[in-house]
Amino acid sequence: MATQDAAHAAETSVGMPQLDFATFPNQIFWLVVAIAVLYFIIAKVALPRIGSVIDDRHNAVANDIEQAAEFKRKAEEAEAAYNAALAEARAEAMRIAGEAKAEIKADVDAAIAKADAEIAAKSAESAVRIDEIRASALKSIEEVAGVAANDIVAAIMPSASDDKALKAAVAARLKG
Amino acid sequence: MSAESTTEEATSGFNIHPMDQFEVHPLFGDGAIHWYTPTNVTLWLGLTVVAAFLLLVVGSRGRAMVPSRSQSIAEMAYGFVRKMVEDITGKEGLKYFPHIMTVFTFILFANLLGLLPYSFSTTSHIAVTGVLALTVFLSVTVIGFVKNGPSFIKLFWVSSAPMALRPVLFLIELISYFVRPVSHSIRLGGNLMAGHAVVKVFAGFAGALGIGAVIPITAIVAVYGLELLVAFIQAYVFTILTVVYLNDALHPSH
Repeated sequence: MATQDAAHAAETSVGMPQLDFATFPNQIFWLVVAIAVLYFIIAKVALPRIGSVIDDRHNAVANDIEQAAEFKRKAEEAEAAYNAALAEARAEAMRIAGEAKAEIKADVDAAIAKADAEIAAKSAESAVRIDEIRASALKSIEEVAGVAANDIVAAIMPSASDDKALKAAVAARLKG
Repeated sequence: MSAESTTEEATSGFNIHPMDQFEVHPLFGDGAIHWYTPTNVTLWLGLTVVAAFLLLVVGSRGRAMVPSRSQSIAEMAYGFVRKMVEDITGKEGLKYFPHIMTVFTFILFANLLGLLPYSFSTTSHIAVTGVLALTVFLSVTVIGFVKNGPSFIKLFWVSSAPMALRPVLFLIELISYFVRPVSHSIRLGGNLMAGHAVVKVFAGFAGALGIGAVIPITAIVAVYGLELLVAFIQAYVFTILTVVYLNDALHPSH
């Protein structure tokens, strides 16, 4: 009771409970207890937990970004591979088309050559036949002309009939 | 004593006791206040610890990748103090991050809880802020000497000043160093006490003015908003000064 009275007396005299030194040991004791408990809570539980959560999140985000970069790289690789395959296929197609064209051209050339040769042979044959026909025709004409000339000469002047001369004259005439 | 004050009140007309809110009294009964007596200081210090526990431990119990609201706030406080320590002291100071975090959390929650009506603001007491500031002062001084040995004295020896001025500056720096815990503690305690007393004075006016109480009540609302700001700012100021002092201990050369 005495201490309390003294405390109250001090309080009323200064007017500020903050300067009531009688309460200081009490305040300081409980402050030290509170700070010790709070320090324990913060240092042993709160900060490690929050720190690990923040680290985890940071790592997760970094991982995701890394993974996204990896996927992007893969996509680019796939695109490059696709482009390469496309280019290859195109080249192959061009090559096949060229080969086919060359083959066809060779075939066509061969066929043309063959046809030309056949045509040439046929025309040569024809020419021979034509020559033959012409020769035989000429011969026939010569004969007919000789007979006709002979008949004409016999009709006009039978005495002058000379076979040899007549033939020579007809041949000369036909050639001229 | 109570009879005396009642008669005083009756004569003065006003019933304003702005300092009553700071009185320390036992929680149970009306006995003497020994160092171990559970008092309202005990209660509100305990509530401060509980509030900090609720935010930092219970609030972050989800350990969620996408944080809940309370976890966001806990992480924000963590990041805020950690960045402060790292920016000012560099990597070496991170060893003391839990201590700084304790100081910041304690002062912030004590300040905020003190703003509740009928509460008791522990940080308005010079006994509390003084112990905090002295602890910081002593720790920092010990750290300074342990880390740097006698060369910690260089903190007071301004090598960039002209030689003639250096002894004078040494004296000034030394005095300012020892005044640190005083300003450190009174800045916090004084701010809290003044704000709370002002609110109480306005509240007393409101009781006496009848219908005209609108004016002091408006003023209380305004001052309360200001006090909310002060609660944050003073916690921040106390913490950042602690970190700056710590930085002096870690890197004493100017």
